[in-house]
Amino acid sequence: MMQHGISVPTLGVENLQVTYAVAGGPVSAVRDVSLTVAPRECLGIVGESGSGKTQVFMAAMGLLAVNGRASGSVRFDGREILGLAPEALNRIRGSELTMIFQDPMSSLTPHLKIGVQLAEVLVTHRGFSWRDAMHAAGLILERVRVPEPQRRLQQYPYELSGGMRQRVMIGMSLLCEPKLLIADEPTSALDVTVQSQIMDVLRELRFEAAMAMILISHDLGVVAGLADRIIVMYAGRVVEDAPASEVLQRAHHPYTALLLECVPNLRDARLERMPCLPGQALGAGMQELGCAFAPRCPRATELCRLERPPLRAVHQSVQVACHHPLSP
Amino acid sequence: MSGLWREPGRRLRANTGAVIALGIVVILVSMALVGPWLSPYDIEALDWSHVAAWPGMAHAHWFGTDRLGRDLFVRTLDGARVSLAVGLVASAVSLSVGVSYGAVAGYLGGRTDRLMMRIIEILSGLPLIFFVIFLTVILGRSETLLFVSIGAVGWLTMARIVRGRTLSIRQQEFIEAAVASGASTARIIVKHVVPNVLGPVIVYATLTVPQIILFESFLSFLGLGIQEPRASLGTLIAQGAGEMEAAPWILLVPGGFLALLLLSLNILGDGLRDALDAKESG
Amino acid sequence: MPSPAVAVNDSLLEVRDLSVNFGAFSALTGVSFSLGAGETLGLVGESGSGKSTLARALLRLIPAARGTVMWRGVDLLSCDSATLRRQRRDLQMIFQDPLGSLNPRMTVGEALAEPLEIFEPGLAARDRQARIEEMLERVGLVRDAARRYPHEFSGGQCQRIGIARAMMLRPKLLVCDEPVSSLDVSIQGQIVNLLMDLQQEFGTAILFISHNLAVVRHISHRVLVMYLGRIVEEAARDALFAAPAHPYTRALLEAVPDPTRAPAGIPRVADDNLAAAGEPPVGSADPSGCVFRNRCRYAEGICEREIPRLEPVSAQHAVACHRWRALATSPDPTQSAVREPRPA
Repeated sequence: MMQHGISVPTLGVENLQVTYAVAGGPVSAVRDVSLTVAPRECLGIVGESGSGKTQVFMAAMGLLAVNGRASGSVRFDGREILGLAPEALNRIRGSELTMIFQDPMSSLTPHLKIGVQLAEVLVTHRGFSWRDAMHAAGLILERVRVPEPQRRLQQYPYELSGGMRQRVMIGMSLLCEPKLLIADEPTSALDVTVQSQIMDVLRELRFEAAMAMILISHDLGVVAGLADRIIVMYAGRVVEDAPASEVLQRAHHPYTALLLECVPNLRDARLERMPCLPGQALGAGMQELGCAFAPRCPRATELCRLERPPLRAVHQSVQVACHHPLSP
Repeated sequence: MSGLWREPGRRLRANTGAVIALGIVVILVSMALVGPWLSPYDIEALDWSHVAAWPGMAHAHWFGTDRLGRDLFVRTLDGARVSLAVGLVASAVSLSVGVSYGAVAGYLGGRTDRLMMRIIEILSGLPLIFFVIFLTVILGRSETLLFVSIGAVGWLTMARIVRGRTLSIRQQEFIEAAVASGASTARIIVKHVVPNVLGPVIVYATLTVPQIILFESFLSFLGLGIQEPRASLGTLIAQGAGEMEAAPWILLVPGGFLALLLLSLNILGDGLRDALDAKESG
Repeated sequence: MPSPAVAVNDSLLEVRDLSVNFGAFSALTGVSFSLGAGETLGLVGESGSGKSTLARALLRLIPAARGTVMWRGVDLLSCDSATLRRQRRDLQMIFQDPLGSLNPRMTVGEALAEPLEIFEPGLAARDRQARIEEMLERVGLVRDAARRYPHEFSGGQCQRIGIARAMMLRPKLLVCDEPVSSLDVSIQGQIVNLLMDLQQEFGTAILFISHNLAVVRHISHRVLVMYLGRIVEEAARDALFAAPAHPYTRALLEAVPDPTRAPAGIPRVADDNLAAAGEPPVGSADPSGCVFRNRCRYAEGICEREIPRLEPVSAQHAVACHRWRALATSPDPTQSAVREPRPA
């Protein structure tokens, strides 16, 4: 695990495992993941569907489905929160530790006005009066650049566009000045021009707020514009953990290099083929023999098929889980 | 479609209550089918030496006899046969009519749907009893008629359920894909709509069987249903009601059998719904 | 009746003045274009652009208010349903939700058999099975897949199944409605490459609808850009990406995140660089004049008064904008970004 100075990491995950009990037996979604997020740091988590990237944080937030079990340690600001009782967790969730999801429509209550939903957060977590809370709600909408904020407070979710709703969700998660905001595929459901606007909102927040951020996506391009550090996950494990600039200039893990090629790029001269990864990602629960990525890896050898590479430091701030990492 | 039933089947087996209920139903049905042959008596034989006799092993009247000396074991099980037959036949009628009607109304939509639902609303407004009495009076009494008329009334709710489900299925992309592929309306309804409404249909059917049996029992209790010498559980209960103080078993035996059967069917139906529901939403 | 701004030879499909209304709201207004045999036309637009409405109206899956769709001499919108159903053999579609477009109660084999059952009912069961297995292999799935159910497959695999189903009868036109939008970026290329291969092999024309310009760039010969129900630009692929004429097209190009361009440390001020501020309006707001003027950085008086018509920029390039000439000469960061070679 990397130490960033002496300060307590905002989030420290250690040896996290998440398994689901399903018909055929237990299925592993997350196998031994460790990571840290320092205060005010932005961590990008990249992986395909089934990599476990969302499950790590669902476990951290206590949002696993009924048949999910998490083990290991998750420390938020030094306090252990994995397995914390719901009452204690509810005090932290939504105020100090917030999460926004891919589909803002399902996170907002359809029959309550936007203003009410926003104000409720402050009334519940900070004991504000409704009047003060509504005022603060209007201010937060301004902060996330929602045009005509006073009008929006009186509207219902269905009256807002997708991008607007996502801004409201971001606003809602900022109301109590959280120490950590987790954004899970915040732009995947949005149009391309709206995506860049939402990313701009998040980028501004990075610099204004004394807040750490975790940005989860299957698209390295989305994460690259914002993250300080990037973690790449595959089949429930971390395969690369490095500063963003490192990852973008010289990826160490073959999987990361391939993901980089898949980032939509308007300047690529080779048009005959659209870059992609072959086959499909190893999903949750599939058995690992050797390196999980070996079947799709252009550099795989016998060693890779037999022995799973451990995550180890390649140099100061870079960790890779590969027998044959790409040399810079 | 066999692969699709594996998971719900497993869930059902895991539901202890439903499994027990299923076991009871199987036992009761087997008794009804096989039982009468085990007894030396038949439904009409009058045993004057054992009138209103207590249940016992000695005289081979295991459930006792009624006021006329007829063996209750045989009569009860035969009555169960009748009740089950009504349940099955009437359910089959209401199922086939209800599913077809509901799927067509739901898929075609628009004016056709409105008209078809209006018809259902009108029919729902008519009291069941009068309708059955009316039919019986006009067409005379026959067992088949009884079964069919009960089923003919029971399809209304099934049609509503199927229509509702069809309306939501109609929005789904695979229906659009089928239209885009050039499938005819009939083909879409039969191959795409109906297989996807089966879940609620099966559940509702298992829950209607007890309702239908009960309804028939009620009709028979009133004297409108099965005629002598055959009896259904309902007529037996009617006869037993009059003897409640003197010979309680004449009421308790058929009454108990009916109650146990209905209870088990209801529990089984609930179990089926739980097993299938998770599949529906999964 | 307005004709397509860009002339195409040997057109298989000619759409003229297609309009669709949902009540008072115009989802599609006066859309015209052509498509030639074996050609791929990319249709780009965001939510509310009407692109999905166009796909459905084209195939008469939803009713159109006006217009004609000439397909090999038949107007799909006014012909009788028997003729329409016959034409469907050559007009197939794949959808945005790969799993949702497959009947959950049918095996993959049954789903692929259906087009054959409808249009080649005389085919023997063994031959039908052979064709199904052949197509499964052709799209990169194992033969055994025929026995399984859609929910047992991943999103990318389900989309392959949908493509296999659509290609069973070797259609002349394949309409693809956002076929890769719900897939991971790493898998999108598999589907796009598969479509390109199939086009090579079977000569199928493709109408590829997407909000993602980068994907459209790989697969299209020509591109249409739509906004709020109208076509705002139409060009050959290279011309569109090298010299976009319409401000909205520029905005779309600017919006593609470029990891090598903006380092994480520098904050970009929102809305400043983007030619298009805000978002398309929700609901039936129908501004007078140009539909894009409320978001357009370059809008002027005339944009409010008059709806711009599609005018030719060059031989294969048309744009609906009053100010395109002025913009063509102004320096634009997008232009240089598109021409720069990618760093090694």
